[in-house]
Amino acid sequence: MSINARTLNEDELFYGHKACAGCGGSLAVRIALKVLGERSIAVLPAGCMSAVGFNFPQLCFGNNAIISTFAGTASMLTGIEAGLRAQGITDFQAVGFAGDGGTADIGLQALSGAIDRNDNILYICYDNEAYMNTGIQKSSLTPFGARTTTTPAGKNIHGNIRPKKNMFEIVAAHDIPYAATASIGYMNDFINKVEKASRIFGTKYIHVIAPCPTGWGINTDETVEVAKEVVDCGLWYLAEYENGQFTLNHQPKEFTSVSDYLKRQGRFKHLSDEDIQTIITSRDAKWEAIHKNFKVVN
Amino acid sequence: MAQKFLSGNEAFAEGIRLARPQVISAYPITPQTIVVERLSEMVEEGSLKAEFIHVESEHSALSCAMGASSVGARAFTATSSQGLLYMAECLTYASGGRFPIVMMNANRSTALPWNIYGDQRDSISLLDSGWIQAYAVDAQEALDLALMSYHIAENSLVSTPYMANLDGFVLTHTYEVVDVPTQEQADAFLPKFKTENKLDLDNPRNLGFSAGPAHNIAFKYKEHIGLLNAKQVIHQVEQKFAEIFGRKYTGLTENYQTEDADYILITLGSIAGIVKETVDKLRENGEKVGLLRIRYLRPFPNEEIALAVKNARAIAVLEKDISFGNEGTVYTNVNSSLQKSGNTLPCSNYIGGLGGKNISAVEIENIFDELKKEEVKIEFIGIGGGEE
Repeated sequence: MSINARTLNEDELFYGHKACAGCGGSLAVRIALKVLGERSIAVLPAGCMSAVGFNFPQLCFGNNAIISTFAGTASMLTGIEAGLRAQGITDFQAVGFAGDGGTADIGLQALSGAIDRNDNILYICYDNEAYMNTGIQKSSLTPFGARTTTTPAGKNIHGNIRPKKNMFEIVAAHDIPYAATASIGYMNDFINKVEKASRIFGTKYIHVIAPCPTGWGINTDETVEVAKEVVDCGLWYLAEYENGQFTLNHQPKEFTSVSDYLKRQGRFKHLSDEDIQTIITSRDAKWEAIHKNFKVVN
Repeated sequence: MAQKFLSGNEAFAEGIRLARPQVISAYPITPQTIVVERLSEMVEEGSLKAEFIHVESEHSALSCAMGASSVGARAFTATSSQGLLYMAECLTYASGGRFPIVMMNANRSTALPWNIYGDQRDSISLLDSGWIQAYAVDAQEALDLALMSYHIAENSLVSTPYMANLDGFVLTHTYEVVDVPTQEQADAFLPKFKTENKLDLDNPRNLGFSAGPAHNIAFKYKEHIGLLNAKQVIHQVEQKFAEIFGRKYTGLTENYQTEDADYILITLGSIAGIVKETVDKLRENGEKVGLLRIRYLRPFPNEEIALAVKNARAIAVLEKDISFGNEGTVYTNVNSSLQKSGNTLPCSNYIGGLGGKNISAVEIENIFDELKKEEVKIEFIGIGGGEE
């Protein structure tokens, strides 16, 4: 039975937190928990979602939830899953919600360990493309050209000089049972992937793009629109990895303008035409690789 | 009860098997390795029913143990030296979360220079992390601590993680005849782990939360009280242990010939065995000397020390530790006990055994000789004082 926006649970499990207006990450967490339900145990490392949700005595998760160490999302999930299983309890979902820094940087080792052991957990990376909780510093998922507080855009350096780390394929290279990319701009796709992941045994990984108005320099009512546009212009893609096979879930008929996508965001305002061309070239190379290596269904 | 010829690591593993942990997460490091090898063999052969998690680092080992403990499972891990330091962040996390995890630490020197042999700088450098810290003298005590540790840590008045320290190689790798209790005896001794402090699917909770300036100190105070409560609980658990197994332990310290002693050497860990022999030898010559072995460094035996040295003329602290730029940390703690009890007797500090260097019986005799001068000294054995 597939869940969609119409059949989604109306109960709120992540409610009353103090996330910024227009926060993409909190939307991803809220919707994922609606899909997974109240027998899910959420692990959140240091980061925005733990900072906004767990301030004693205002604790806002309606399901079981715990903050892990910054590096320890996956390893704590492992312990929770094993600890309950050792007590004969198996009807629950251990789910992690970590940001891009907590996933691709400091938490990568523990995540790799969990996938290697094929622990029965779901790991959701809400990617807002920088360390937003500490005030917009570069992570390894910050895209090329983005201005952050540690990659300032000046005359000599135009923001971040490195491309975004390819977490999806790093995770897939472990031969994980299920991995997917998603965007909160394509909510039905995200909902379906969370629902699908919850029915698969072993380690599952979903990487969802979740814009941050504060860090990206967009209006608070533009979050979902921008999250859709990043897919439409081809700088992000919706895909799955399962049974050793990559599948592209959504092929835009024609890419929308990369320049328009970038220029509407404060973090990219400084980019030169040459910088934008570099981004377009890199996008095209990625899509060439996708068409070569992924099964394309549309 | 069966007698077995076991190393310290193996004895501890036997104690852990009897304690029936439900989740074991550990990463190998010399000289701890054998304890996790034995436990994995026990899981393989089915004599221990536990989830054995092959974590990829010590940080994950303790993080995983916290996850297990947070859902009410009995969790075990073991480490040493660099591994303990690598997981250090998780130590304060586990104690602040009040997760009664048990960890064995094989005491080993810390880099640099690299050194795999025993000293106690690893655990003592983390004395303030909110864990109970016990130090075993021999393999029998190692096994017994393993069994008692969960009983103490899981008591709802304590709810504090427990670190059992075994001197690297000297204790972890040395074989002795050890009494191994039966599972029936162990089950009669150790109750199942029950806690309110857990994630509960029928009654959802948020754990591991933030507490700002308004509430933080209250949480820290309660954590402190939990550790202080352990003093009483240790006594109760040891009493029950003696009733079931017949072996008696004496709480936070073990006093040997201290009652009428003029000169008392305070130490901890396996070196106390040689000190005891030295005390016997000197006593035969009519010298009034004694040994005070610290069994628990946290909670700290302030009252026990003050009472034991009350009538002594001079005392010394022998430790395998140095707080660079000051003195041995055990010495600092002992001096604090003396000061609080109003005792101004001379107290010296001997630092030895660093990086596994042997401390000989002759060197211990020399310390007792020096004590007769009734002076205050801080000395590295075989090197000399750290003059300012």
